[in-house]
Amino acid sequence: MTEEIIIAGFGGQGVLSMGKILAYSGIMQDQEVSWMPSYGPEMRGGTANVTVIVSDERISSPVLNEFDTAIILNQQSMDKFESAVKKGGTLVYDPNGITHHPERKDINIYSIEAAKKASEMGNTKIFNMVVLGAYLKVKPIVKIENVILGLKKSLPARYHSLIALNKDAITMGMDAVKEINKA
Amino acid sequence: MAKELKLMKGNEAIAEAAIRAGSDAYFGYPITPQSEVIEYLMAEKPHERTGMVVLQAESELAAINMVYGAAGTGKKVWTSSSSPGISLKQEGISYIAGSELPCVIVNVVRGGPGLGTIQPSQADYFQATKGGGHGDYHLLVLAPASVQEMADFIGDAFDLAFKYRGPVMILSDGVIGQMMEKVYLKEQVPRLSDDEIAEKYPWATIGKPASRERNIITSLDLDSSKMELHNIHLQSKYRQMEEEEVRFEKINCDDADYLFVAYGSSARICQKSIQLAAEKGIKVGLLRPITLFPFPKKQISEMADKVKGILSVEMSAGQMIEDVKLAVNGRVKVEHFGRYGGIIPTPAEVVDALIEKIIGE
Repeated sequence: MTEEIIIAGFGGQGVLSMGKILAYSGIMQDQEVSWMPSYGPEMRGGTANVTVIVSDERISSPVLNEFDTAIILNQQSMDKFESAVKKGGTLVYDPNGITHHPERKDINIYSIEAAKKASEMGNTKIFNMVVLGAYLKVKPIVKIENVILGLKKSLPARYHSLIALNKDAITMGMDAVKEINKA
Repeated sequence: MAKELKLMKGNEAIAEAAIRAGSDAYFGYPITPQSEVIEYLMAEKPHERTGMVVLQAESELAAINMVYGAAGTGKKVWTSSSSPGISLKQEGISYIAGSELPCVIVNVVRGGPGLGTIQPSQADYFQATKGGGHGDYHLLVLAPASVQEMADFIGDAFDLAFKYRGPVMILSDGVIGQMMEKVYLKEQVPRLSDDEIAEKYPWATIGKPASRERNIITSLDLDSSKMELHNIHLQSKYRQMEEEEVRFEKINCDDADYLFVAYGSSARICQKSIQLAAEKGIKVGLLRPITLFPFPKKQISEMADKVKGILSVEMSAGQMIEDVKLAVNGRVKVEHFGRYGGIIPTPAEVVDALIEKIIGE
């Protein structure tokens, strides 16, 4: 199994940390992982993306031109990465702020209203975990218990009290994801 | 004891591995894309763990001259920077090479020339492998292609620096520095005590005992006949490196019709290109130089007899290709493919270049 993912959105949405949690989860189940950020002069409000690869084998290139899955969280990223999904691949996106919805018929498309759900849960910071939940419902490449282990490993101890909230956010994402197109 | 597993950036891995390799001091000045090296060291406070000194100098010039001074005392010292900062350090590096002092210099390369860009590049190959500063000297150059190798090579680099009494460079780039991967960390190697240094490194300037003459560390000798002998001695070390230290990795080379030569992050990209080419029925292998000086000339020469053409893939306008061509000596077609100025080539672009430039119609 090799899953090549791009997560793209605004800086400050938790794009990079979502990728990091996914990578940690892969490590927790003995897989190979790579995490390659766009590290340009990005800042809060600018665009940010990260390529995450989780595989049973040694990972070749950490930099890719096409992906099994694109997780897209703003319009600029939709414009850039919709076409980069492999035929038969998966696109997960939050329709919040999207003006041109994805149109490809040869990929599986799912939407998750993560910004809305996170705000309903009273904490917009868990937005990225709602998205992660949606993705893992569609592509269960890592087990939820390993995500929780990964969170424990990647978060400083003073934030461990927030793990339960993160778990709820993942569950929320899993419940709220909607299928838009089946390839 | 099991080795410790972590998820780290290349820049963090090299910093942690340097502490564990028993290094005595780091002197540096931050610059993207390698600022995490000094950030990690400052946060980790290695002085409390091993007594290692970490100092942010006022400039790259100060940092390299602190390395020069500390290396003279037989300590394991290192510095890191990125391209423009490494250019600033070249005077000091030439002096260190001339004075025959061991140290490690890490270059996490970004696009140039000038201040250039903060994105990854491999355009410092000439500077790293052909000298860099003035005078006839070489650095031994190691090129990591993964976070694991960032961690592993710092210890190797110190060993080689002391074996040859000269500066060793780890030539990385923004991809390897910024990406996170799994890394297995080695256990702590104790720092040498002052007595151990005095015994192992009789050249070190650590105070003159009555039993020996004064140790003098200098790169200056106004007597040209002595300076020529010194140069001949330096050259003999470089020839010994060419005999003993060449490192490389071959992937998929056994029945390859074509060959990629690529190092560092380009070698990672080429591994994906090998898979994409195979889907098109093209058999291509990869020879990855791990030491860029000494360069794996013999191994490339051998491959030249087995393949129909070679593509040198570099994030530069074509620098390593000159060494590949010297090794091949005209026997098969050698072409270059690269992107510059901070653009990373995609695996598909590399395959297209192979088809267009080497395989032809």
